[in-house]
Amino acid sequence: MKSDIKLIDSHGKRLDGRKPDELRKIKIEAGVLHRADGSCYLEWGGNKVLAAVYGPREAIPKHTQNPLKAIVNARYNMAAFSVEDRKRPGPDRRSREISKVISEALEKIVLTEKFPRAAIDVNIEVLDAEAGTRCAGLTAAGVALADAGIPMRDIPVACAAGKIDGQVVLDLGKEEDNFGDADLPVAISPRTGEILLLQMDGHLTLKEFDKALDMATNGCNIVSDLQKKAIMDKYKSVLEVE
Amino acid sequence: MSEEKREIVIPSQFLGDAKTDKAGRGTFIEDGKIYSERLGVLNKNSGYINVIPLKGRYDPVEGDFVIGIVEEASTSSWLVDINAPYPALLHVNEVPWDVDFGETEKYLKHGDSIMAKILQVDVSKKIQITLKDHNLYKIKGGHIIYVEPSKVPRVIGKKGSMISLLKKYTRCRIFVGQNGRIWIDGDDEGIAKVLHTIRKIEDEALSYGLTDRIENLLKKDAKDVR
Repeated sequence: MKSDIKLIDSHGKRLDGRKPDELRKIKIEAGVLHRADGSCYLEWGGNKVLAAVYGPREAIPKHTQNPLKAIVNARYNMAAFSVEDRKRPGPDRRSREISKVISEALEKIVLTEKFPRAAIDVNIEVLDAEAGTRCAGLTAAGVALADAGIPMRDIPVACAAGKIDGQVVLDLGKEEDNFGDADLPVAISPRTGEILLLQMDGHLTLKEFDKALDMATNGCNIVSDLQKKAIMDKYKSVLEVE
Repeated sequence: MSEEKREIVIPSQFLGDAKTDKAGRGTFIEDGKIYSERLGVLNKNSGYINVIPLKGRYDPVEGDFVIGIVEEASTSSWLVDINAPYPALLHVNEVPWDVDFGETEKYLKHGDSIMAKILQVDVSKKIQITLKDHNLYKIKGGHIIYVEPSKVPRVIGKKGSMISLLKKYTRCRIFVGQNGRIWIDGDDEGIAKVLHTIRKIEDEALSYGLTDRIENLLKKDAKDVR
């Protein structure tokens, strides 16, 4: 998509005034819902995402059960009011794909072999969207899983990098996503650096790809610290009674 | 009890080297290092590093006493919800009554509560429970409340100290299931007092000297009443 919008100005600043390697503002809060076993509310720039975790509980229908390990069912859903105009409610091609890739990413880090025949349900509700909702959703899901007390190898975290005006930048905003050249969402396990999810939209040269992946990984590590802080903030108060 | 500061740990937090420490409950080893696998409180005990969960489902252990709610009656068994990831099976041979084939609903039906003991948990996490032990029966009357399973040991107290305090000062009958369900029976005032106290125990579960404080609280209340 060619356009004459300038995404990076002469000072090297982006549309919203960020530097190329700067993240949008992120706010994470753990344990916001009472009925769910674990939950998280996350704001990432203009994204507002709510994640809720249930389980482990017996997988239904029965034929989906795995006799050796638990299954993780993530369900990514966008609210009708999350985008301009209106999103037609219900699962569509896009949200089913995102649900699938997030489920697979989470299955890798949950200790599923501890709960044979069980299911862990993760609901990700996008209330407000502004590019990068799958990263925001997966990041929120990671905090919600930890909040639910589910045994896991790591707290997963996601962040995107991309290319705008021929330059590789971190964490694309809405206009950058729409009019940019490429978008590369990455989810990692921050302790080991293992990649849990990697998708790409657009074109990057091999060199640009390496740079973008590097940049996204760094972004993930920054977000990971915020996740851990959010969980600690929620639970350190239980120690301060006396 | 040591007065060492308690520490909250989160999943994937590094806890120690597998060469010098032993990995206990709630931890896993990777590349010779011990990490926490869940959100919990760090506990070091005779060389073992344990993480005691703050939240999460009840993990059934053989021999535990639990309170279950009957979900389904089939011809020769019942399925009982014990707040574990899986429903537990109660076979007709494991109840004290002589149940005729297909007459299970006469004895326990959907929604009934029972005090039960966990008979067996196999490798695929199939759970069997039994009613054949002393003090196990169908619950009639009283209240059932729920606390986090990880906080049950605090409600019971050391060698049952907390629970005997509660019984002494409120004259209620109380049964604490390891799965976090607690049955209380007595007069309205006593039940209200137990409820209030248990919520307080739950809130302050991680603080020191809790039993003494609860005793003072109960004593004070008892004076006010008379």
